[in-house]
Amino acid sequence: MEGTALLGRLTWQHAEVVESTVETARVKTVAFDVPDWPGHRAGQHVDIRLTADDGYQAERSYSIGSAPAGTRVELTIERLDDGEVSPYLTDELRPRDTIELRGPIGGYFVWEPAQGGPLFLVAGGSGVVPLMAMIRVRASAGSDAETRLLFSSRSWDDVIYRDELERLQDDHLSVVHTLTRAQPPGWTGYSRRVDADMLTELAPSVAERPHVYVCGPTPFVEAVAEALVQLGHEPKMIKTERFGATGG
Amino acid sequence: MSFVSRGFHGKRREDADPARVPPGQYVTADFPVLSAGPTPHRSLDVWNFSIDGEVDEPRGWTWQEFRALPSEEVTVDIHCVTKWSKLDTMWRGVSVDTLLDGIDTSAEFVVEYSDGGYTTNLPLEDVTGGKAWVVYEYGGEQLEPEHGGPARMLVPHLYFWKSAKWVRGLRLSATDEPGFWETNGYHNYGDPWKEQRYWGD
Repeated sequence: MEGTALLGRLTWQHAEVVESTVETARVKTVAFDVPDWPGHRAGQHVDIRLTADDGYQAERSYSIGSAPAGTRVELTIERLDDGEVSPYLTDELRPRDTIELRGPIGGYFVWEPAQGGPLFLVAGGSGVVPLMAMIRVRASAGSDAETRLLFSSRSWDDVIYRDELERLQDDHLSVVHTLTRAQPPGWTGYSRRVDADMLTELAPSVAERPHVYVCGPTPFVEAVAEALVQLGHEPKMIKTERFGATGG
Repeated sequence: MSFVSRGFHGKRREDADPARVPPGQYVTADFPVLSAGPTPHRSLDVWNFSIDGEVDEPRGWTWQEFRALPSEEVTVDIHCVTKWSKLDTMWRGVSVDTLLDGIDTSAEFVVEYSDGGYTTNLPLEDVTGGKAWVVYEYGGEQLEPEHGGPARMLVPHLYFWKSAKWVRGLRLSATDEPGFWETNGYHNYGDPWKEQRYWGD
């Protein structure tokens, strides 16, 4: 993948909000129309820039959740209560508003259908966003790459993309949830943090050399990546993206 | 400034001197972690640090030898390309000037290389003259593995991906050899004050 990330200068573009969708109580998906969007690969992110009327600016990075589809780019944003940018994006921004955006960015934490499987995706909370882009690209490309998503959420109501994930499951795509704080009545699934036992049960075997992508808060990613290495997976097959809940 | 984001006011931090915050950055009190893969764990028994490449005689130090080198305490601001800056971070380590002292080289570039395979490239003059250190303490404590321990580079005048975690050596080179992020879309030099984040910036 090296050297194929992106070419030329990434210029700031005006991106118009076309749709804003509630995912969970704390998470929204905002769809933008970006007229000169060059397309992207699953796992890449964008930078966005907000400008106050006195010229003050704030920039942040957000993962792209959507598969490439013309000039439409979807970001799924978790509202951080003390954040500077995410409350604006989730609460204030509405259709026909415009922000500045540039991308796509990042050439490492990406998956393309040509890479094949097996694919093992491990998500913590809104860390699912770039992994969802992979799942959507896989679906739209008609790929039958053997894929499993292990998705850790606080509760059933906190599961981002829950209905779409149910719909997309097929013979080659399975989604396994673990609910760490609260479970609905009759829940028979996992109800604890992702641990080595869970990974042993769910990860493809080391011999299959799965492509592993882990995204979530730093302690989550550290624990999952560490356990996978202990299970014998090659570190270079484990790609990670961490985010801290800082100022977003 | 022609473009305005309707309804955006921002949260300006009163306690951070704007002159210390590069464009597009925000100040955080946390210390976020960014790495592309699992955190390597290297036993200190087998850790060593090398200066190699375009040098007449490569140099190497064991952990004990390295810790016996004269160290400096450094307080600097750091700037990550993912937008956070952290002010007044305190480190202890060995100046790269100390490691290169007396070395005769025609090299103009250097590659920092790490456990886990990470590399990052920069001009040699960006790690000499009191601009770069190999550090093993943060905030008076031993450097945590997730932040690059046992030892990482500290090159605070460039974006922080130029400060390789888990660093094991410096390879001097006559030619510029783009490293890990530099071949994955990120700027070859990475000056935060010029906002050199990505290719073409």
